[in-house]
Amino acid sequence: MSSWPSAQEAKVLGKRVTRLSGVDKVTGRAKYTYDIRLPGLLYGKILRCPYASAKILSVDTSKAEALPGVRAVVVVDENKTCRFVGDEVAAVAATSTDIAEDAIRLIEVEYDIGNYVVDEQTSMKPGAPKVHEDRENVRPGGVNEQGSIDDAFAEAAVTLEATYSTQVQTHMCLETHGHVVEWDGESMTVWASTQAVFGVRGSLADHFELPADQVRVITEHMGGGFGSKFGPGVEGVLAARLAKEAEAPVKLMLDRKEEFLAVGNRPSAIAEIRAAASKDGRLLAMDMKTYGTGGASGGAGFPLPYVYTVNNRRRQHSDVFINAGNARAMRAPGHPQASFIMESMMDELAYELGMDPLEFRRRNDPNEVRQGQYTVGAREIGWHRRNRNPREMKGTLRRGIGMGCGLWGGGGGKGTQARCTIHSDGTVEVVTGTQDLGTGIRTAIAIVAAEGLGLAPEQIHVRIGDSQPGLPSGGSGGSTTTASVTPVIKTAVDKARVQLLQWVAEEMEVEATALTVGDGKIFLADDLSRNLSWKEATSLLGTDMIVTEGEWDSNLRQSGVAGVQFAEVEVDLQTGQIQPIRIVAVQDCGLVVNRLTAESQVYSGVIQGLSWALLEDRIMDPSTGLMINPDMEYYKVTGSLDMPDIQVIMYDTHRKVTGLGEPPVIPTAGAIANAVFNATGLRFRSIPITPDKVLTAYKEANA
Amino acid sequence: MNRYGLKEKIELRINHATHHIEVDVRDTLLDALRDQLGLTGTKRGCDMGECGACTVLMDGKPINSCMLLAVDVMGRNIMTIEGLAQDELHPIQQAFVENGAVQCGFCTPGMILTAKAFLDHCSNPTDDDVRQAISGNLCRCTGYRKIVEAILDAASRLRRGKRHV
Repeated sequence: MSSWPSAQEAKVLGKRVTRLSGVDKVTGRAKYTYDIRLPGLLYGKILRCPYASAKILSVDTSKAEALPGVRAVVVVDENKTCRFVGDEVAAVAATSTDIAEDAIRLIEVEYDIGNYVVDEQTSMKPGAPKVHEDRENVRPGGVNEQGSIDDAFAEAAVTLEATYSTQVQTHMCLETHGHVVEWDGESMTVWASTQAVFGVRGSLADHFELPADQVRVITEHMGGGFGSKFGPGVEGVLAARLAKEAEAPVKLMLDRKEEFLAVGNRPSAIAEIRAAASKDGRLLAMDMKTYGTGGASGGAGFPLPYVYTVNNRRRQHSDVFINAGNARAMRAPGHPQASFIMESMMDELAYELGMDPLEFRRRNDPNEVRQGQYTVGAREIGWHRRNRNPREMKGTLRRGIGMGCGLWGGGGGKGTQARCTIHSDGTVEVVTGTQDLGTGIRTAIAIVAAEGLGLAPEQIHVRIGDSQPGLPSGGSGGSTTTASVTPVIKTAVDKARVQLLQWVAEEMEVEATALTVGDGKIFLADDLSRNLSWKEATSLLGTDMIVTEGEWDSNLRQSGVAGVQFAEVEVDLQTGQIQPIRIVAVQDCGLVVNRLTAESQVYSGVIQGLSWALLEDRIMDPSTGLMINPDMEYYKVTGSLDMPDIQVIMYDTHRKVTGLGEPPVIPTAGAIANAVFNATGLRFRSIPITPDKVLTAYKEANA
Repeated sequence: MNRYGLKEKIELRINHATHHIEVDVRDTLLDALRDQLGLTGTKRGCDMGECGACTVLMDGKPINSCMLLAVDVMGRNIMTIEGLAQDELHPIQQAFVENGAVQCGFCTPGMILTAKAFLDHCSNPTDDDVRQAISGNLCRCTGYRKIVEAILDAASRLRRGKRHV
């Protein structure tokens, strides 16, 4: 069992280290999948179903095939039933994107157009058009029950009956989904914009019935995933089919509209809740009926109750199918939904009880880390400044303060292979099959290796994002990458150091255990004047080299990441505009590997949570079945002007690595909605809280 | 021949070099840069002038290269991200790296060129000025904070640089 160096011992671990790929990214040299250019490259384009529900009767590709410049046309499935606008029908590869688009328009498809439903409420009604012929639109789960709801309600001081809801959010990665595929006989090389190099390799190998080592997947850089890029998807399989058929490399990148329609989203969540609390501020009971939609196929589960202790509870959850694009995992799947619902409910109960909402949470929260975070966050936001009587506020510009909580796992696990090589010229190479989806794992690996060898991070050659070396690692999801990968890197590097020290010990005629590394040297711990430079030391290897493999060490990581956020907002009751003023994010993080990139994850989570709370919404038109805002103008996301003052507090409670990518997105929406209530006395149980909702609620409250 | 596929020979001035290429008349400047000239540092995010990832400088002004036809920019001076660094990184690039303003990096070239055009005219900006300047460039990763800090830092580096001249 090994352990990480203490904060005093650490030279680079936990410091602010600029990312290794920084220079490539600021100069435009970094190559993304979108940027791959190969001799004879063809461009792919997908024909997508324009109807929300349609059975394909026939597909005639002859005119498309006859168009000069078209090299391949493939049909997804001649008998497919399309279940949302944007479902894949066929694909074309041509010598230019323009020609591929022209060819798509020449494919003649005969559809049997069916009835459709694009919202949860209509889908649940008897007689609603069925999304799947062989299934009901509502897939109910079992009833989970614990304690006695009725007894709890009987002893309650306050009760609440309310319906909360959150909308569908899309990932909106800046780089769209896509692949470049080149076949060489029965082997293929795939450049993929993915967060799972080995996941894509496995899926494509399965699909084409190839041994896995005949599929090479490369992801040197990728432009965001947020959970939507774990496999090749239909689009990746189509790219590979086109490339095989055309006998030429094919690049198939989705356009922005396709991105909104077809490659994933965060499902909606609706919770009808009856809740009860005691006079002394104990949350006694929750009776819950919940549902949500992940589109035509995806599930829409989320945890509830969330975070707090509720001994008496009953819940039934149902997934509802609609004719819209399917859900994929999105940054902390289920948790932001759960947090918004639970935190809104907690806030309402506290006000009903006449209790400080923070105190009410303290009394029901079993998590010790969060108990500490409450104190820090409340102090930093100035919790005492909150409005005691939100419903009696005056004026058109109103400020208020609210809070929300979150919890995540993030402990990582087995499944990463890594190799550390020290060459006689001093080069250190660290290789593993993970990928950097922007979070900075490349640099984190270099930091861990540099720490173990007494070098600087930029002296470490990190090779990731390629399946070729045959060193698998898992997908970058669940905030598990750092916690899964760095322990294996550390054990590989530690072994390599021990071996190198053995060589040096023989040269210096001392015991290896008497030697230590640091500042690019190997020296005698008791006599710093007796040392070898790194290059002198490695040159002893001659034509040998040190090659070690890492192994999993669960003692180096920990699961369970708590977080608390406090928000201050200003609401303009003339325009309905909500301006977040300040957000304090107190984030449990364990051992910080790179402070610079870790902070960035928290800023990023807060902004994405804010964006979801106030702006983002996939809007479906019930009469046409179309998404009416599949672009970056009408699908609103936060820009630089929406950004509040964000204070990030890294609340490290232990020295083991844990995940940080997802947790900071969880508490934000609840904190903002509660701050809006504190400012205005208006309770919004549904997000996004758009200006029209604010103005309508204000008008009704003053009618 | 497909009636839309008309070709035209054009001359483009990019990063102080002159290029003679043949483009489809429908090709945007972004298409020409990326697919014909291999200048893939200019990113394609939306192809509709919404995200700013394809920002380049035309006669010093930031423009969305996806919104201009290649045939329409003859005679103009175009600067892409590849043309910004000379022997060493431009101070804005340096500030982006050191302040951790880069995450996935896909919005970065557009952000940097927008910042370049802005700082050419505003040497001592406030936080709000910077946020206004980059409001046409979307980022989904960083949360903008470190980007704003990097641009403010770059402004101060550029001011210091000028004093030394």
